[in-house]
Amino acid sequence: MLKISKWNILFVLSVCLTAIYYILPNLYGKSEVTALPKFFSQKQVNLGLDLQGGSHLLLEVDTKSVLKEKSEDLVDDVRRALRKSKIKYSNLGSKITGAVVTITNSEKIDQAKKNIQENIEKGVSIDVSKNKLSLFFTEQYIIDSRVRTVEQSIEVVRKRVDESGTKEPSIQRQGDERIVVQLPGIKNPERVKALIGRTAKLNFHMLDPTTVELAEQRGKLPPGTFKALNADPTAYEKQFVVKKRVLLTGERLKNAAATVDAQTGRYVVAFEFDNKGAKKFSKITTDNTYQRLAILLDNKVISAPQIREPITGGQGNISGNFSPETANDLAVLLRAGSLPAPIKVLEERTVGPSLGIDSIEAGKKALMIGFILVIVFMILRYKAFGVVADFAIIFNVILLIAMLSAIEATLTMPGIAGIVLTIGMAVDANVLVFERIKEEIRSGRSIFNSIDLGYKFAIKTILDANFTTLIAALLLYNYGSGPIKGFAVTLSIGIVTSMFTALVLTKLIITFWVLKLKPKRLFI
Amino acid sequence: MNFNINFFKYRFTAFVFSIVLIGFSAFLFLNKSLNLGIDFKGGIMVEAKFPDVPDLTVLRNKIDNLQIGNSEIQEFGDPSTILFRLEKIDKDNITQEEIIEKLKSELDEDTDYRRVEFVGPKVGKELKLVAIKAVLFSLIAMFIYIWFRFSGWQFGLGALIALFHDVLSTIGFFSLTQIEFNLASIAAILTIAGYSINDTVVVFDRIRENLVKSEKQLEELLNLSINQTLSRTLMTSITTLLALAALFIFGGEVVKGFVSAMIWGVLIGTYSSIFIASPLILLFGFKQIRDKS
Repeated sequence: MLKISKWNILFVLSVCLTAIYYILPNLYGKSEVTALPKFFSQKQVNLGLDLQGGSHLLLEVDTKSVLKEKSEDLVDDVRRALRKSKIKYSNLGSKITGAVVTITNSEKIDQAKKNIQENIEKGVSIDVSKNKLSLFFTEQYIIDSRVRTVEQSIEVVRKRVDESGTKEPSIQRQGDERIVVQLPGIKNPERVKALIGRTAKLNFHMLDPTTVELAEQRGKLPPGTFKALNADPTAYEKQFVVKKRVLLTGERLKNAAATVDAQTGRYVVAFEFDNKGAKKFSKITTDNTYQRLAILLDNKVISAPQIREPITGGQGNISGNFSPETANDLAVLLRAGSLPAPIKVLEERTVGPSLGIDSIEAGKKALMIGFILVIVFMILRYKAFGVVADFAIIFNVILLIAMLSAIEATLTMPGIAGIVLTIGMAVDANVLVFERIKEEIRSGRSIFNSIDLGYKFAIKTILDANFTTLIAALLLYNYGSGPIKGFAVTLSIGIVTSMFTALVLTKLIITFWVLKLKPKRLFI
Repeated sequence: MNFNINFFKYRFTAFVFSIVLIGFSAFLFLNKSLNLGIDFKGGIMVEAKFPDVPDLTVLRNKIDNLQIGNSEIQEFGDPSTILFRLEKIDKDNITQEEIIEKLKSELDEDTDYRRVEFVGPKVGKELKLVAIKAVLFSLIAMFIYIWFRFSGWQFGLGALIALFHDVLSTIGFFSLTQIEFNLASIAAILTIAGYSINDTVVVFDRIRENLVKSEKQLEELLNLSINQTLSRTLMTSITTLLALAALFIFGGEVVKGFVSAMIWGVLIGTYSSIFIASPLILLFGFKQIRDKS
């Protein structure tokens, strides 16, 4: 039976009020909302990167390279342990995740194993077969190492992004070894990308007095050295012969900043070591006075100054061929520290601010016009009932935006398309009811009964039909990314709210109308 | 409106039409393939708005001289906006950032870069897999839902074939128009699937209701059900098409491909629920269903 219960009215009213509560903050700017009293909702719909402009980057951390490095360290450890205990060995080498060695005297194998075990880190297990030892990292060790590498990388990336002055960046881990970086409103993504992608491993070596030309004449490099390129390809010295031993690393840096050198007037990066680093640096510069230091960034020489006097204060300058920007970028990189493993950009999506603004404008226009077209059409087709349905459509959009605000959803361009589409599709529930009412009236029932039956019959169909669309929307949400997710969100919320407006709201209005005015004919 | 159209008179015509449509779609797909976007193919896409209308041949020469792999240049929305699509060349000595930098260095300084997208081959492959999964799973989920809800595989299978019909012909549509096929296209396909099944469910629901109420001949009964729901089907299609038309005309270039596919999908989805899904049930031995109910 058609009737109006107090609960029904209360329910509809509370939904309306909640909707208004959540929709209000969207009328204000972000800063204004935070200034409002606590009583008000602070939640707003976020604009996606495609609407406000910005960059989305998907990065991959090459965690395998860390294991490779560790395998090489392991080889060193094994060599040291065996030499110390004077056990003869051969065929020492690294594998992808571990090392192998053959012990010459197979009787000493157990002793060798014991000595090695004492000299290496935990998390390495050793297999013995005849006179061969196989060392490999345990599964747990590999997982831990991967987790740590990715976490450290996220930390470093975050520091670098923060230092670059990007507002409200989002940096999140995705899957095992991926990082998603979102940079809203960014003006120069190329610079930030260059900052993020650099490994920025800073190493201090000594330069070998042998020049590259001399080494080439001799046909070989002096033992314990390697050839390194100059980071500035336009410089006079293209290559250097650098001693392999790393004397000091960037990890010991306390601070770095771009400044102008008072004497030369050129841009330099001033750095400062921590206590331990300062002591080491003091020793290096004392032992090697008048020799040339080699400062390597990612295995390229950025500066090779001569040590004129021992530097005991732990401070120094790197003078390369810097512009203000490159000096500043290097300072940022040194402050943020180096990445534990190389990072690769797998995916980038950048939207410029002008396209974002255009998209919002286009979205608004399409929304308004779609709205008007559907509203007019509904009135033409269903007359008075059309007005009721139109009321439902308007309320549907209000509810949709309120829900989006309440869950602080991100609105994207496909999301706006989803709202427009919802306007067209959301009338479906009302149409189903209205058509059914018409049918019942045609079959000779009273107005009252027709409306009652119309709702009763249509409700099952509406639930069935909308459920399947929801399945599609939910799968899209699950599998979609970024903008597409935004579409799935607006579509699914639109479906749910349209069921509410059609089955509860318009039913209440129509029932009220029929009960109060008792019309003789239905204008439908 | 009170309809009384004998849809079953046309069912064989409709079947033939649909088979030709699917065959044509398959033919197009195999021969012309899809205009895969960088989402699936990997590569670089740059949308740039120039201060003046650029000369496309000059632009093309400039890009060719860069030797950064295969490239496509096309107007996008208005004559001064150009869409560059570059294939990622698998060379280690050049990164995509360098390619983008190279491209930018060739273009006017006050060019407005509206969009710069890069998808690596690895991600492209993953996205392809994800897209296939999403479409397959949703088709399966809908099939299962209908099967249970209508307690008869005939309904489920009828709906499923209609769905495949819509999805395949939409792929044919993408192939014919060579509209870029990207993640948004997958969203379009899934929404079309949802919309089409929605239509089908409304008709099926009415069939089920009439099965209990009336003792009519099955064929007549199906026809009656379709006719009874026809005005609703048309109404919803029209309002959805109105909204889509607004999006198509005013929604901007970014969603245009998506919206055109949706328009096609609404038309074909409406057609298939009337001419494919319901007649198929009759074909599948509808008698058992009646005995059940």
